Amino acid sequence: MHTLRQISVALLTVALIAGCGKDTPPPAPKAATPAVPAVLNVKIGSASPLTGPQAHIGIDIRNGVQLAIDDANAANIEIGGAKARFELVAEDDEANPTKATTVAQKLADAKVAAVVGHFNSGASIPASKIYSDAGIPQISPSSTNPKYTQQGFKTTFRVVAHDDQQGPTLARFAAKTLQAKSVAVIDDSTAYGQGLADAFENTAKTLGVKVLAREHTTDKDTDFRAILTKIKGTKPDLVMFGGIDPQAAPMIRQMKELGIKAKFIGGDGMQTPNFIKIAGDASDGAMASIPGLPKEQMPGGNAFLEKYKAKFEKEVELFAPMGYDAVMVFIDAMKRAGSADPAKFLPELGKTDYQGVIGPIAFDEKGDLKNGPITIYVVKGGKWEPLETVKPDADAGRK
Amino acid sequence: MEIFAQQLVNGLVLGSIYALVALGYTMVYGILGLINFAHGDITMIGALVSLTAVQLLAAAGVPAPVVLVLAGGAAMVVCVALGVSIERVAYRPLRHAPRLAPLITAIGISILLQYSAALIWGKQYIAMPEIVEPTRIVIAGAQLTSLQATIFLLACAIMAGLLWFLKASRMGRAMRATEQNPAVAGLMGVNTNKVIAFTFVLGSAIGAIAGLMVVLYYGLGHYFMGFMLGLKAFTAAVLGGIGNVAGAVLGGLLLGVIESLASGYIGDLTGGVLGSNYRDIFAFLVLVLVLVLKPSGLMGQHSGDRA
Repeated sequence: MHTLRQISVALLTVALIAGCGKDTPPPAPKAATPAVPAVLNVKIGSASPLTGPQAHIGIDIRNGVQLAIDDANAANIEIGGAKARFELVAEDDEANPTKATTVAQKLADAKVAAVVGHFNSGASIPASKIYSDAGIPQISPSSTNPKYTQQGFKTTFRVVAHDDQQGPTLARFAAKTLQAKSVAVIDDSTAYGQGLADAFENTAKTLGVKVLAREHTTDKDTDFRAILTKIKGTKPDLVMFGGIDPQAAPMIRQMKELGIKAKFIGGDGMQTPNFIKIAGDASDGAMASIPGLPKEQMPGGNAFLEKYKAKFEKEVELFAPMGYDAVMVFIDAMKRAGSADPAKFLPELGKTDYQGVIGPIAFDEKGDLKNGPITIYVVKGGKWEPLETVKPDADAGRK
Repeated sequence: MEIFAQQLVNGLVLGSIYALVALGYTMVYGILGLINFAHGDITMIGALVSLTAVQLLAAAGVPAPVVLVLAGGAAMVVCVALGVSIERVAYRPLRHAPRLAPLITAIGISILLQYSAALIWGKQYIAMPEIVEPTRIVIAGAQLTSLQATIFLLACAIMAGLLWFLKASRMGRAMRATEQNPAVAGLMGVNTNKVIAFTFVLGSAIGAIAGLMVVLYYGLGHYFMGFMLGLKAFTAAVLGGIGNVAGAVLGGLLLGVIESLASGYIGDLTGGVLGSNYRDIFAFLVLVLVLVLKPSGLMGQHSGDRA
């Protein structure tokens, strides 16, 4: 016992000395070399679910951000005359709104210049207040709930079309292209799922499509047989689900098992390779919209997909190109402002006119992506195939 | 009527899985007076082991029935080894400790198992390859897949077998004796340590099969899947009268049916105020009612107050 204590005291002392030794030297060289143009260190935050059921999508976003930062560092970008070094600070929000605010505070405390995130609308919305208070600009690569940019914050932006565009587009597609007369709507009780389903339901009603059932599940559930049985009794032409793949996949499997013949359509949250992997053959014919162009049809798409695969040895899931572009949009604004200080480059962010991987990026006064196209996909032979691309503008004109 | 029949089928299949898991809770509680919170996670390990086995074997081109038997076998071996070692390492040293100590240990083991699984399998949903083509059977207007029928019948066979085993076999008699009074059973020549270890063997093996059923039924597995499943199964065990094996079966089936009917009709009953995402309210409301009216559960004879 005695020796143990002595050893631990000794270890502690060593640790303390080592700690001191590490702390003291750096200031000296810094002070001694003011003449050489200093390297400007810019921290970029990335916040998305890196663990949990949505981890594959969250990691995809982080990888996109990582790729952008590596590219930017390789390009030796100068901001206001100083050579900029970009550094990634990636945080895991576990797709949990409460954790998202903790993560946001952590990023604000780490003094990041800008944040790419979060993935879920339910996380982006509470976190946006913290970024706004800290004056840190935020671009969400994927949050599509309209509320996100409607809070009056100057710091919130997104590079995807939102549900007020996506939901109605889906509804118009259902009514016009699919000729659906009746529909059953299910959501997963999250800000994203419910927002999308609400927007879909409202437009569907105005287009004369009958909404036969409106059901709710949760984003943790895997058993939908009871809901689906009820829906089966109402015999809809179409089942629309506002939610993500871990629910959508078992849902379509159970639909087929129950012998429901209705078509199945959903939002971007289920348009993933994982959906097909989990749902198997049952996924055939399922449809989903996704904001933006098909990965392969993006102006910078194929080059990006190859670069991503070379680096991470896997396919792009969903939002990596948006994460990549978000970083590039930040850097573009920093270059124009000649500063990586959020207070200085934030006004420039609003004036963005950038040609990204996903296409031209410009923001409206709220921070929403202008003219974001929406593409509808269908599963054919175990693969998502683009079916139809709709520009919200053009669509509004057609109406 | 057709819809009601379908909801009943949904509920019975779900309930038979709950019942299988509930058996593990109730047997251990009956003998040790311990709520083995790790049991749901043992089921999860069984699910993920069988999932991995199916992935490997199906890729190797082994025929489906062989794959299922081997996967179930692998899951049982792993779960039994795990269950027995948990009992030996974590619960046996605490057998005479105040009853809170093993309870907290059980929660600790549960978390340990979850995060070990997260390390081994990752934290994402894992897809189960579709190895059995579902054929549909129609009974009284309800659609029943061959898989659902198999799950239900197999679960019933296991439960009936267990009841018979406890009643008729020598080990079963020893288990019942230990349940009534471990000290006296010991004096009568029953090796209680062996009996308790065997209880964990049985519970874990049945849990492993339940795990395989879950991944087959839902087509996916996840390191956290044992938590909710365990909670529901525990509820089922309490509903039926914890410590009572037949009660666990009844409680499981009942809980499954209540859940299914609640999700199907809750929206109509409340005029759309509550959606089917609130179905658990019903399940737990029934639990509260049963416990108020009959505190020992539906089939419980005595509330065990041994530690």
